[in-house]
Amino acid sequence: MADLKVNVAGVALANPLIAASGTFGFGREYAEFYPLSTLGGISCKGITLQERPGNPPPRIAETPSGMLNAVGLQNPGVDHFIEQDLPWLRQQGTAVIANIAGNTPEDYCAMAEKLSDSGVDMIEMNISCPNVKQGGVQFGTSCAGVESITAAVRRHCKKPLMVKLSPNVSDIGEIAAAAEAAGADAISLINTLTGMRIDIRTRRPIIRNNTGGLSGPAVFPVAVRMVWQASQRVKIPVVGLGGIAAWQDAVEMLLAGASALQIGTVLFTDPYAPVKILDGLNRFLDEQGIASVTELTGGVRPW
Amino acid sequence: MKQYDVRQCRVTDFEQLTADIYSAWVDAGELARMAKPGQFAQIYVPGKTLRRPISICEAEGDALRFVFQVRGEGTAILSQTRAGDSWDILAPLGHGFALGDTGRRVCFVGGGIGVPPLVAAAKPFGANATVVTGFRSRDAVILQDDFAKNGNRVILATDDGSAGRHGLVTECLPDDCEAIFACGPTPMLRALAAEAEKRGIECQLSLEQRMACGVGACLGCAVKLKTEDGGWRHGHVCKDGPVFDARIVAFD
Repeated sequence: MADLKVNVAGVALANPLIAASGTFGFGREYAEFYPLSTLGGISCKGITLQERPGNPPPRIAETPSGMLNAVGLQNPGVDHFIEQDLPWLRQQGTAVIANIAGNTPEDYCAMAEKLSDSGVDMIEMNISCPNVKQGGVQFGTSCAGVESITAAVRRHCKKPLMVKLSPNVSDIGEIAAAAEAAGADAISLINTLTGMRIDIRTRRPIIRNNTGGLSGPAVFPVAVRMVWQASQRVKIPVVGLGGIAAWQDAVEMLLAGASALQIGTVLFTDPYAPVKILDGLNRFLDEQGIASVTELTGGVRPW
Repeated sequence: MKQYDVRQCRVTDFEQLTADIYSAWVDAGELARMAKPGQFAQIYVPGKTLRRPISICEAEGDALRFVFQVRGEGTAILSQTRAGDSWDILAPLGHGFALGDTGRRVCFVGGGIGVPPLVAAAKPFGANATVVTGFRSRDAVILQDDFAKNGNRVILATDDGSAGRHGLVTECLPDDCEAIFACGPTPMLRALAAEAEKRGIECQLSLEQRMACGVGACLGCAVKLKTEDGGWRHGHVCKDGPVFDARIVAFD
């Protein structure tokens, strides 16, 4: 058995697998399948300062090797999370990452302050949600935007701060560097790529929001490329996500430069995917004679 | 004890019922024994990212029955199943029908592919249940014998009059029913909700929506529900439903 422990910005994880925000709720539904301590961490459903009802349905459309979603950050609000969900999550033996999204920089800062006094292990700042009208990705698509929001939240955040980056940008390396320069302790990428599907008979977009975020195996090569580019520009840990569906994908993402991984859409295909990915990863490390999973990080040998 | 789980289930019997509707019996072990009328399963389709949510038609011992319609690529793949194949099934999911006192005279109303989940639900009512089923035409009629076997009173209606009564299921409701349980197209459900309100009787509706996780985590399958303060909120078909009290469903 190889050592699967990793450390992301001072937060010790029992293994590199983290449930991706928005796919795992606040954990309760998946605790029916296996102990949540199976996972290194859980990035909780994105929360906002106030409760949000989210977008009208339909919110989901399947795509070749993936899916679109436009949930629109439906969530009960940060106070509800701290009072109702966090105490239970704290007892599950896994790292708890709060994912925050805001309409304004003030929203982000207010949430960072509230969560700084809570039991969360880390804060993931979502500046890459493509499915809300205000805020979200507008902070995440320019270097100036990323730098100003990260610097502002950094001042109010006593927890390790991870910034979740959007792939809907022209130079991910520049964006990653901007987050690091402004004080991010880690970055996670990629959030979803904006996509669209149309019903050819009704001529209506399948998703009520017209556009949605593309995830699943379809985005995996894009995610690997972006993690590789971003990890070369920063010294802070990079958490890689986007379409990881099998242990081989996990290895690939680590080699591209990731220190830890998030898995999301594959949970819908197979709720037991984390167990299978960890088994495969373990066997691969043993077979390769690698003592610690950390040795894979950035191990790609580019031409 | 777990409320739901994933299991590899052997398909013991697979049959085509109409041009595009299929019936499968699977050996689902404990998942079948956990199932309640009106719950559903998420069935894995090889090569597809999302499972297909399909209502449980009936459960008998360790066996579950699914009756599904080919709606797109995923269900087309499932329609190629043969007896002896294995299905990867996540079940039982959601809240089914709250059947209450089976001594009441009640009415089950199904439209098209909304009919299958009513088979298990109507069973305990026997002759106290009138089952009204509506289909496009004679070629689309399914499950009539199954309701007869339940001992239910069965009323058939078709849109074109090619079998049973010519007209809508909403015109076939008996006067004496104390509750309505329904699954089918939205216009039918909306009409039934209005009729139940007029009569002042209970009405439970099974809804559908495009779905991803099936367990209440991703919040994909939103449904607009009325709140007590006169406002509204988004509930979710997979976890809060698929069966809802008609009084709280906000039909926009």
